[in-house]
Amino acid sequence: MFSLVTFIPRAIVQSIPLLLGCVGETLNEKSGSLNLGIPGVMYVGAISGVIGSFMYENSATNFNPVIGLIIPIFACMLGSLMMGLIFCFLTVTLRANQNVTGLAMTTFGVGFGNFFGGSIIKLTGAEVPSIALSATSKAFKTALPFAGKAGVVGEVLLSYSFMTYVAIAIALITHYVLKRTRTGLELRAVGENPATADAAGININRYKYFSICIGCMIAGIGGLYYVLDYASGVWSNDAFGDRGWLAIALVIFSIWRPNWAIWESMLFGGLYILYLYIPTGTNFAVKEIYKMFPYIVTIIVLIAISIKNRHENQPPEALGLPYFREDR
Amino acid sequence: MDKQKKEPLIHITKRKMISKKSEWAIRLGSIVIALIVCAIITTITTHLNPFAVYASMWEGSFGTERKIWSLLKELSILLMISVALAPAFKMKFWNLGGGGQTMAGVLATAACMITMAGKIPNGLLIFISFVSALCAGALWAFIPAFCKAKWNTNETLFTLMMNYVATQLVAYYIIIWESPKGSGKIGIINSISEAGWLPVIGGKQYLLVVISAVIVTVFMYIYLRYTKHGYELSVVGESQNTAKYVGINVGKVIVRTLILTGLICGFVGWLLVAGTDHTMTTTIEGGRGFLGVMVAWLAHFNPIGMVLSGLLLVFMSRGAGEISTAFGLNKSFGDILTGIILFFVIGSEFFINYQIHFRKSHRKEAADV
Repeated sequence: MFSLVTFIPRAIVQSIPLLLGCVGETLNEKSGSLNLGIPGVMYVGAISGVIGSFMYENSATNFNPVIGLIIPIFACMLGSLMMGLIFCFLTVTLRANQNVTGLAMTTFGVGFGNFFGGSIIKLTGAEVPSIALSATSKAFKTALPFAGKAGVVGEVLLSYSFMTYVAIAIALITHYVLKRTRTGLELRAVGENPATADAAGININRYKYFSICIGCMIAGIGGLYYVLDYASGVWSNDAFGDRGWLAIALVIFSIWRPNWAIWESMLFGGLYILYLYIPTGTNFAVKEIYKMFPYIVTIIVLIAISIKNRHENQPPEALGLPYFREDR
Repeated sequence: MDKQKKEPLIHITKRKMISKKSEWAIRLGSIVIALIVCAIITTITTHLNPFAVYASMWEGSFGTERKIWSLLKELSILLMISVALAPAFKMKFWNLGGGGQTMAGVLATAACMITMAGKIPNGLLIFISFVSALCAGALWAFIPAFCKAKWNTNETLFTLMMNYVATQLVAYYIIIWESPKGSGKIGIINSISEAGWLPVIGGKQYLLVVISAVIVTVFMYIYLRYTKHGYELSVVGESQNTAKYVGINVGKVIVRTLILTGLICGFVGWLLVAGTDHTMTTTIEGGRGFLGVMVAWLAHFNPIGMVLSGLLLVFMSRGAGEISTAFGLNKSFGDILTGIILFFVIGSEFFINYQIHFRKSHRKEAADV
């Protein structure tokens, strides 16, 4: 039976990694950097957090949930910051091609995640059969205390871990900063027309470095959320799948607006698991078609915004282009 | 007036010319540095002797005649996809959909082999699957190209999305055609009748693929270098306005070039199913659409140069397979090493394109005057 009350929470849990990935990528793209390394960044963020909490869980005698939360989040941000710095250094300082750098980062990041995910047990010599971070995951899933008592409303709106609300807050804050603050205005100027922004006295490289690094850290947290919350702390190789690319698709679908991305990520999350809820009987083939929907929807949006050609709906004008002041 | 101007420590200018020799020296240097960094990382993370790891990678790629043949096959497939992508990149059309276009060819070939086997003569079946694979690949490239030409739709994102549509379509048909039922995969297609299989030339299973790659590469070299089409697309790549001014129909050039890309990718899909793998999986393309982007870009879109950059990447992935079995490492270790090498090679392009001038000390300047 299809039940909205069980479907919506699962769709939302599914959507948060996409949302964080999307917000991170939006920040990147607003500064004019098409970062195709986001899937890799999310892998690195996830595995860095996993390594951090794995070490803590195995070394601490009595597990303190607060420290158990801080360590993986810190490790995750550190890992994704490293990836962000690699991308910045290559594309901003060395002016390398963003697409190629991004794809190389994805190769590296996915390999990094799968390698350490697969061999962390062997490398640390711990006597556990798999990476299952149950204690950390339990701390991660701390929900509001009264959610269970609030009936259907509680289940649909309040039953999530605190990270879910943090993710939505991050999206709203990013939207506010981009749209309503001077920093956001200048950042958008960098992404639209760096030469003009440069002439106006904006430090292009600093804006690019900050927006790319912060964006990568947000995306990395998305990867961590997937492992510690959605997957209940169990790391398995390639389980993250193509969610990184889906996050990039979501950026287009949300037309570069993080606040829209909140709803749309839930839609994508729903589409991703819809096949589990629609009675298809023995026809397993149809579920593969459902999985295609997010991409088809994205393509339609992409074509539609290019046909309508309204300026505020376009990708940042300098998206994908390196900036060299002396290039004219 | 006397106030001293603050001069930045580093000043960067674009190089006008660089000799081929120093260009290659910079590139080789970057690979050597990358290998040293990789060796350090290997030692730290795995406590293995990095030279033993490299030796084993070499062994995995060139160890036996069979290994050399599979290296050549991998190189040929990757090379053809890179070569297919090159003209579009030269036009500054960022086609990230080489994988999807190949998958379209894969799907069309498998469809022909499964549905028509035994109903028509084998030669005709091969011909029909060939034509439909090329058409499918071309169609997959045509859709984003058309939108780009007509409405200036962002092609990077469009072609990226088309990959997943193709992959999901393949996943759908795998379940429709699965055999044996319930296994969730397609076994070897027509394993008994071998209908639709390409003939083996000269007793070597992969010789046909290698010959195809040579033909495609040489063709593309000539196409880009010596034909009017090749000239037109490089003008479009340099400046669309110039192209319009001299009367080149930019939209037409974009669509035409992308159809060519799609045809070659579809051809690769046909070779993969009918020639080498004889099956269809969602991962048959193996990320070569993305690898091809890097191969083409590293070689500056020169088809001959792609042989070298392709060889580097194929060597890394073949070698990674070998070290995973030899040392009990995870296969993904190779991806890490490949990533590091790519970072260095990508970074080295800067030193080829730009020149760094350090601030001269003022005392020395005064002495010069």
